[in-house]
Amino acid sequence: MEHKASLKSLTVEGTKYRTLFTKKFENRKIWEEPDDRKIQAYIPGTILKVYVQPGQQVKAGEDLIILEAMKMKNHISIPFDAKIKNINVIEGQSIAKDFCLLELE
Amino acid sequence: MSLKRKILELKKRREQVLLGGGEKAIEKQVAMGKMTARDRVLAILDKDSFHEWDLFVEHDARDFDMDKKVLHGDGVIIGTGTVYGAPICIYAQDFTVAGGSLGYMHARKITKIMDHAMKLRVPIIGINDSGGARIQEGVNSLAGYGEIFFRNTQASGVIPQISVILGPCAGGAVYSPALTDFVFMVDNISKMFITGPEVIKTVLGEDISMEDLGGARVHSEITGNAHFFATSEKECFDQIKKLITFIPWNNARKALPFPPKKPKSKFKIDAIIPSDAKQPYDIRDVVRAVVDDSDFFEIQEYWAANIVIGFGRLNGETVGFICNQPMVLAGVLDVDSSDKAARFIRYCDSFSIPIVTLVDLPGYLPGVDQEHAGVIRHGAKMLYAYSEATIPKITLILRKAYGGGYIAMGSRHLRADFVYAWPGAEIAVMGPDGAANIIFKKEIAEAEDPEKMRKLKVKEYKEKFANPYVAAAKGYIDTVIEPNETRNVLLHAIEVSKDKTVYTPNKKHGIPPF
Repeated sequence: MEHKASLKSLTVEGTKYRTLFTKKFENRKIWEEPDDRKIQAYIPGTILKVYVQPGQQVKAGEDLIILEAMKMKNHISIPFDAKIKNINVIEGQSIAKDFCLLELE
Repeated sequence: MSLKRKILELKKRREQVLLGGGEKAIEKQVAMGKMTARDRVLAILDKDSFHEWDLFVEHDARDFDMDKKVLHGDGVIIGTGTVYGAPICIYAQDFTVAGGSLGYMHARKITKIMDHAMKLRVPIIGINDSGGARIQEGVNSLAGYGEIFFRNTQASGVIPQISVILGPCAGGAVYSPALTDFVFMVDNISKMFITGPEVIKTVLGEDISMEDLGGARVHSEITGNAHFFATSEKECFDQIKKLITFIPWNNARKALPFPPKKPKSKFKIDAIIPSDAKQPYDIRDVVRAVVDDSDFFEIQEYWAANIVIGFGRLNGETVGFICNQPMVLAGVLDVDSSDKAARFIRYCDSFSIPIVTLVDLPGYLPGVDQEHAGVIRHGAKMLYAYSEATIPKITLILRKAYGGGYIAMGSRHLRADFVYAWPGAEIAVMGPDGAANIIFKKEIAEAEDPEKMRKLKVKEYKEKFANPYVAAAKGYIDTVIEPNETRNVLLHAIEVSKDKTVYTPNKKHGIPPF
């Protein structure tokens, strides 16, 4: 595991150390600030139904999409009033976790 | 019938059963690159030491035409034997018999040998190679698993429990290995997961191979579920046998001592560590420079490699080592390394194995992922484990011990019995760079040449605090030693603390941050 060439720098409390990284550390997920205008899939699954269209005005509590995952039909509804900007999925599409389903204006 | 004929009949019956699932099934097993269950047992145990039990056990399931099926030994081999003379109870699931599936009698055999191991107070080795619960037997197989898990928990900390995964081990079955002390896995042969690739594909649409989901490499490097990784079954068996030599048979004994041996001369302790505290080195070389015959038996080598744990011997006696590894992630503590060390401390404490802690760390790994993964809760496990442990605890600070990391790494405050430091040790709240930036923020900002002032202040801080004498003046460190004296002071510490006695408050059990 020791290869001088693969040494990298890690800063801890203002000091830079020369060291190797682990695979897990290199593959860690970089945190992103949540964006209210992007509706992401909280679980991987299949899009069963899309109720809305781009440009449509939706009211709080309205269903946007049914996402089937773990044999359950998950109703994805909106907690506030908004206008749909884009829809990134079609019915029948399989999507991964965190896939951006639709964007709001 | 004469006795002779009866003996002949026994021999005939034995012959049949010893073939397990029959020649075809054995051929299949071998074609998968796997040994048979019986060969595995014989390979682990000393020659001619295996005594088998319950050879003639049969299942009594009736549903789904099971009454017409004969499953020899019900798919599992159990018995007693020895490893380098140490008494062992062992069971091995036989994949050639109904895929090693676990039915009621199969589970009864396993729990029988587990009960036996507990009664005799000897280690138990379980070889897992099973398709899972025997579906035809319904809730009876689930009950079987439950009975095994309960016994695993009861035996935990009383007798050593070793799990060897040599085939599939899926669904609920994985929780027996998870409850045991050491899990061995072999590349391309071992597989462990709760839900398999097929279920994941159907339910979630994610495509992944068995190997990538729960192979030996994954569990040795990513999840930490495995403690030992081998590339062949033979290598795996050698690892098991070696482990047995380091651990006691039960919690009332000490590990058997070995004839003392000096470390090999090629490991020169004063030539390993770079003088620049920011440069890495392999801490395992320090361990090898100290232990008998330079023989260090590392555990969980590939997972959370920023902390190193394992066994070595000092004057023939088994000692557990816990060391920061500056070579990997600068030796920081994080979620995984805290888990790894904390569990090992508790293992050593349960089985009367003294702990030597080698400290060289910059602190905790910064990052949102760490905070959100619960580094507070996981990091606390280490504080708990060190504080709770009553075995002799010896700590040596080699280069740096900053902040919370200093406290966590077996400090005096968590009741280390001996705390040593090398003359270059820096014990402080944080490294000189960070500290100077905070303490002298104003001076640096107001200086004509801030960078020059910063360097000056870092130097000032280094001279004042970055040494072992501030901590030694308070008695937090007992002795500042030369690197060359390390082995001698460790031998002494182990020797004088043989009868260490600690009084702990009376309680049922604590509530560690699991």
